[in-house]
Amino acid sequence: MKKSRNEKEKKKKYEKYVSEFTPSTGFVSNGIKAFIVGGLLCSAAYLVQSWIQNSLGIEQKDAGRIVTVGLILAAQILTGLGLFSPAAKFAGAGLIVPITGFANSMVASAIEFKSEGPVLGVGSRLFQLAGPVLVCGISVSIVIGIIYYLMGILGVSLPRV
Amino acid sequence: MEWSEIIKVFVVGGAICLIGQLLIDFTKLTPARILVIFVTAGAVLTAFGLYEPLVTFGKSGATVPLPGFGYNLAKGAINGVQTEGLMGALTGGIKETAAGVAAAIFFGYIIALVSNPKPKR
Repeated sequence: MKKSRNEKEKKKKYEKYVSEFTPSTGFVSNGIKAFIVGGLLCSAAYLVQSWIQNSLGIEQKDAGRIVTVGLILAAQILTGLGLFSPAAKFAGAGLIVPITGFANSMVASAIEFKSEGPVLGVGSRLFQLAGPVLVCGISVSIVIGIIYYLMGILGVSLPRV
Repeated sequence: MEWSEIIKVFVVGGAICLIGQLLIDFTKLTPARILVIFVTAGAVLTAFGLYEPLVTFGKSGATVPLPGFGYNLAKGAINGVQTEGLMGALTGGIKETAAGVAAAIFFGYIIALVSNPKPKR
């Protein structure tokens, strides 16, 4: 009993010792990578969208949708090929925070549960992470809509979108 | 093509991702929770009229990251209420984001079916 306690304390000390070194070197380079990769991804999306709008004469809303769908498809294909997670290991939030991370999460969790069946396994695990995102996002949007509706009745002016 | 526009997109998109990375490194939040927080935050900021200026300024830099998904959900619900009344609060958000969500489900399903699990490295 005494011995295990001693070991625990030793382990704690060691962890503290290690933690003094690891994050200080990690978070700066992680942050730079996330900033650059995230920025490049958004810039690329912007360039493609501008090109679709200007060269193909498609209106802004549809061009934006095409780019979003393209990003989702690309991220999911890379996930299927097993190339997304090494890339995300390098870029961190630079690939996870954009819509690519959402798309990746669906395929990544679904693939792992193929053995549970193509309908009940893959069909449900697609939403392992996407589920909470959709539930929270859609619920909040509905609450916002209702608040805007009530404020509209009361004649309170609200920010326009 | 104006370089200043691209730089704005780069900085806004990069900054949002940087916030996500700092949350991963300095809090115990898992990436999954961060995704939920970002979408919710995007929707709430939109409701207060704080995200729209960011979209005007940073364009794809503000719409491609996940807060942009929340922005579109909230924008859809708000516009829905103005055109359809109370029912618009239910239909607006999903309508506005339908293309992306449907694509993610459809392509994700097919790709998951044809791919095999990769050994973890």
